[in-house]
Amino acid sequence: MHDNDCDQIFALLSEYLDQELPPANCADLEKHLKDCPPCITFVESLRRSVLLCRQLGEPVQCAPISPDQLNSLREAYRAALARRPRC
Amino acid sequence: MTKNFWQVDPEIAQRLLDGSEGAFESFVTAYKAKLFQYSFLMCGHREDAEEVAQETLLRVFQSLDQLRDPARLKPWVFRIAKNACLMKRRRSVFAPAVELSLDELKPRLHGEGESAKLEIADWSALPEDEAFKSEMRNAPTAAIGGLPVNYRSVVLLRDIEGLSTEDTAEILEVRIDTVKTRLHRARLELRKQMDQFLRSAKGAPVDARQ
Repeated sequence: MHDNDCDQIFALLSEYLDQELPPANCADLEKHLKDCPPCITFVESLRRSVLLCRQLGEPVQCAPISPDQLNSLREAYRAALARRPRC
Repeated sequence: MTKNFWQVDPEIAQRLLDGSEGAFESFVTAYKAKLFQYSFLMCGHREDAEEVAQETLLRVFQSLDQLRDPARLKPWVFRIAKNACLMKRRRSVFAPAVELSLDELKPRLHGEGESAKLEIADWSALPEDEAFKSEMRNAPTAAIGGLPVNYRSVVLLRDIEGLSTEDTAEILEVRIDTVKTRLHRARLELRKQMDQFLRSAKGAPVDARQ
């Protein structure tokens, strides 16, 4: 973003937010963040946009399932249960 | 629509396999909506999404006796859904893969050297009015729909459905590193889109920090 250190952490931010970074990389990244307000601001904006996606607003409304569709699903379910070996 | 609606009973797969009372209805109710949303965002067509959701549910029930590990229900269902989406052969599902460049996803700087400022909205002080909050909640849907399909498929499975990196790689038949790279670039693009939304929204503050 504004120097080489910023560039280096930029590729690692999702793994950092997902807590999937190896400990050594995580420590380096946090050390950089401590002294880099622009990166802190950027990481916060990334974290919040991921949260917004995870809490996706009103889902697109789907049509209610019809009685015929439900029946065909139920028949397939019963047939699969009948085929399933019992322990 | 409450948040609980999306929380699928973790024991639902076992109850479904056991033929427990109410398991069929619970599964259909929870997964029909999830599959429709996934398919709609993948295919971009309401009719296709309705068909994909129904076809997926039907295939799931037709082959339910082949599901050996109940804990694998969700990735198994979404693998069937992904294949059903591919069969639709519409919109960008079969379009050439588009790559997002990491460099182009970095926030822009104004100025040079020590005086350079990051051009970014202030995400810590969002307007409180309900209209804005509602728009903000719906902004990700449009932004996700605009992602190239190879990135959209990853973000839908990882961030919307909450599947693991490993499960996502298996469903999409790509390497784990590819999932990680695409997820990061997809998130950066979504952040960029939402940042632009925030900066253009009335009353939203802009942060230009050094």
